[in-house]
Amino acid sequence: MHIDPNKMVTIKIDGIPVTVPSGTTIMEAARTIGVKIPSLCHHPDLGVRAFCRVCLVEDSWSRRLKTACNNLVDEAGDITTNSPKVRKARKTILELILANHPQDCLHCERNGKCELQTLAAEYNIRGNIFDQVWKPVPRDMNNPALVRDMGKCIRCGRCVEACQAIQTTNAIGYSGRSVDFRITTAFEKPFSESPCVYCGQCVSVCPVGALYEKDDTQRVWDALDDPNKVVVVQTAPAVRVAIGEEFGMERGAIATGKMVSALRRLGFDKVFDTDFSADLTIMEEGHELLDRIKNGGTLPMITSCSPGWVNFVEKTYPDLLPNVSSCKSPQQMFGAIAKTYYADKMGIPRDKMFVVSIMPCIAKKYECQRPEMNASGYQDVDVVLTTRELAKMIRMAGLDFGFLPEEEFDHPLGLGSGAGAIFGTSGGVMEAAIRTVYEVVTGREPESLDFTACRGHEGIKEAQLDLDGTPIKVAITSGLKNARVLMEKIRAGEADYQFIEVMCCPGGCVGGGGQPFRTTAAIREHRMDGLYQVDKNQPIRQSHKNPDIQTLYSEFLGQPNSHLAHELLHTSYQDRSKH
Amino acid sequence: MSKTMQLLTARCGKIRPDSVADYIAHGGFSALKKAMNMDPMEIIHEVIDAKLLGRGGASYPAGKKWKQLYEIEGTPKYIVCNADEGEPGTFKDKVLLEKDPLSILEGMAIAGYVFQSHDGYIYIRGEYREIQKLFQAAIDSAVRANYLGKDIMGSGFEFNVHIVSGAGAYICGENSGLLNSIEAQTGRPRVKPPHLAEVGLYSKPTLVNNVESFACVPQILNMGGKAFQELGVEDSGGTKLICLSGNVNHRGTFEVPIGGVTLRDIIFDPEFGGGIPDGKELKAYHLGGQSGPIGFPEQLDTRYDHTSLKKQGLSIGSGAVVVLDDTVCIIDYLKKVSEFFLHESCGKCVPCREGNRQLYMILHKFANGLATEKDFERMERLSFTMATASSCGLGQSATAALDSCLLHRREEFQAHIDGICPVCLNSRKYGDQYAY
Repeated sequence: MHIDPNKMVTIKIDGIPVTVPSGTTIMEAARTIGVKIPSLCHHPDLGVRAFCRVCLVEDSWSRRLKTACNNLVDEAGDITTNSPKVRKARKTILELILANHPQDCLHCERNGKCELQTLAAEYNIRGNIFDQVWKPVPRDMNNPALVRDMGKCIRCGRCVEACQAIQTTNAIGYSGRSVDFRITTAFEKPFSESPCVYCGQCVSVCPVGALYEKDDTQRVWDALDDPNKVVVVQTAPAVRVAIGEEFGMERGAIATGKMVSALRRLGFDKVFDTDFSADLTIMEEGHELLDRIKNGGTLPMITSCSPGWVNFVEKTYPDLLPNVSSCKSPQQMFGAIAKTYYADKMGIPRDKMFVVSIMPCIAKKYECQRPEMNASGYQDVDVVLTTRELAKMIRMAGLDFGFLPEEEFDHPLGLGSGAGAIFGTSGGVMEAAIRTVYEVVTGREPESLDFTACRGHEGIKEAQLDLDGTPIKVAITSGLKNARVLMEKIRAGEADYQFIEVMCCPGGCVGGGGQPFRTTAAIREHRMDGLYQVDKNQPIRQSHKNPDIQTLYSEFLGQPNSHLAHELLHTSYQDRSKH
Repeated sequence: MSKTMQLLTARCGKIRPDSVADYIAHGGFSALKKAMNMDPMEIIHEVIDAKLLGRGGASYPAGKKWKQLYEIEGTPKYIVCNADEGEPGTFKDKVLLEKDPLSILEGMAIAGYVFQSHDGYIYIRGEYREIQKLFQAAIDSAVRANYLGKDIMGSGFEFNVHIVSGAGAYICGENSGLLNSIEAQTGRPRVKPPHLAEVGLYSKPTLVNNVESFACVPQILNMGGKAFQELGVEDSGGTKLICLSGNVNHRGTFEVPIGGVTLRDIIFDPEFGGGIPDGKELKAYHLGGQSGPIGFPEQLDTRYDHTSLKKQGLSIGSGAVVVLDDTVCIIDYLKKVSEFFLHESCGKCVPCREGNRQLYMILHKFANGLATEKDFERMERLSFTMATASSCGLGQSATAALDSCLLHRREEFQAHIDGICPVCLNSRKYGDQYAY
């Protein structure tokens, strides 16, 4: 079969002629005439597996039913998407899946957001025609971030595709056959003993409640209810452009003000912004880079903001750890500053302060529990909630998100520059760093603050920069599959970059594992646009011009990379290749 | 007049299997020589004219398959011989592999010449370990005699055959699963499209044929496609190896011209099965292995060719004929069939994985007298869904036997609901504990 995307193919779907480019699947073609073909294993960002067989359609050329997810219009006759045969087969398949499913929807993590539940409703399933064969399976909760409940698994393989093809982490794969066919880690070990980096891309694509983040909302409620605790919250840049989706707002809509007021109404004492500590990261990381270039340190330097990425280096490329910036991630810098500088300044005892992070990320849950993250003498960040968990709390509190007023962050840790905001998208850290480094080196402001070479959704981006005669070559990547390409280049000695930005999740934090479900590449772009809009609207767009950052250095830290800054804001890594 | 025909099996037992000299003395390698002087398209036309239907079970026209592959661009192309003879009750490839391996190699080499392919793989099931050694000896002697390897017969054409051993999974007999297994990946079928002709072994265009199909190729070239077709019937040429087993007097492999005999001949003719032993009656016969339909005495006069059998809802499949006498309870038998598929399903697609499990449970209920009328509907829905929606041939054909029994012997199922199955009443009690 010859596929030529420039060639148009016309077929009939449900009697309606449809003209689409050659190589289009029947499922995509049906979409163009308003027919949504159901599926459980298909995901627009992932490779085709055709495991679930729900997307069946009738084809006049074939005796059997065809799957619409992988069959192309090029080899199709007249398609019928809704016939007695199709409905009967789809319904039987759903019933077969349900016969091996616990059906405990009322207390399932995905209640209300489950694709199987939705389909069961759409297909009017009213009881079990087949005998239940489901057996309980112990859950894997042996880590701070992820829960794997294989009892709920419908073996659609999306998570495996995300883990192997998108992230190349290869923590999970298929094993067993027939009714023992299942998705497991190597040797059935818990995630904590696997190459898993807790990026949560598997969670993001799971159609049911088999994979989810560890729920920490109760710990936050408890802290909020405790009169002896001062509860401080920080919100990551990528959360503000995604949280709205949970409440029916447009994709990528900027909901910063509503989110701040929701947090305040939930009872947080202070609502701060991770954009602030992102600015701080730029100060530290930018100066570290300049120091490495000047004094012959290990190059290329690689960013360390993304905890999934840090886990990946530790587990898979331990030999490249010297390349990774020693800077903590903005979340941890915030925790360290909040529990030292801010707590002392406000006269709050450090042990009475409770720092909560709202993150688009699942790996942050692991990061905050690393033993080295206690610069203040206590765990710097107490609890990490994902975007989804925050949405859960807002719903539980009965807040009508759309009706909330727009409010401002508290000071002093709530002021972030535009550079801090774009930390949430792939290319943002690099752009933010360039905005500051350029000025530090050349002593003048760049002509334009928009370094558009850093933007876009390509897997690997490169840019060149001239700092008054010093050429700087940088690379930007997101998704561990792409990161692997750059790491192999470094290992082979072929990477002539000075600085590399790596984000673990495709598209950066906007596509993080803690973001609202059903994130796709298209949705990520909306969120990216949202963040660049936030940046554009900011009066201050360079980290070193953030007045609160300037105050922090003059009052407390001294210089970037000072001794105190190193104690509080930098960390070290270790080889975890043996998991 | 004898109803058997010695074509593929003509040399079997008469030559040393790994001896090139013996093989040539009995007409071997003449077809390869002939082929080397022919245009590849001419050879393909001979195969098309021969009306050779694939002998592995699916009966796909071999000529059509060859022509499709020929028209696909891309090198290298691979030739793969499917010798993972896993279909229960089938042992005809074993006869060829054991007794005339050079004919298979000759067929593969001809295919190699047609597609200008340099590497052929033969995937032999793990249970045939001794045969693998023998086959390697045959390859080695063919290489020594310059019928395989580099510069075959001075023509400059190179073709090597590699043996890959299966490890016992039935699903690896499915062509795409087989290719995965050769690539050292998990033996699970691939998603199709793309078809194997386009994206096959190591993602290259690939021809996969059965052992018997490859063995037919030299015969076709020797006698001409037309003559080969005339041995059989209009739309299916040549001879077929059948494997007779079960409750029948003479078990074994027989070669018959397609359409030359009836099912009655196969089971009752003294030249073939010779009837049912111990004076019992014929109850049913399972054609083409576990994945084939079950035939009953009233269909015995059907001619043994693809079209006639299809009209009766039957099929040749792999060539297996398993005969069941009247002491067999058809439900018990189906339960065994179902258990087989439940064990062998790769498990990746829902209809096959969950369907086989449910089907086995329902048949278990019937066997133990615990089924109800409602189970007919369940079985019917399962059978429909598995046959139309499964990903590969395993799931699609897993209910073929059940379907024919439901069509022709529904009363036996009913008898199990009512608790009056005569076979079961004689042999054991109803009401075993329902368990799975």
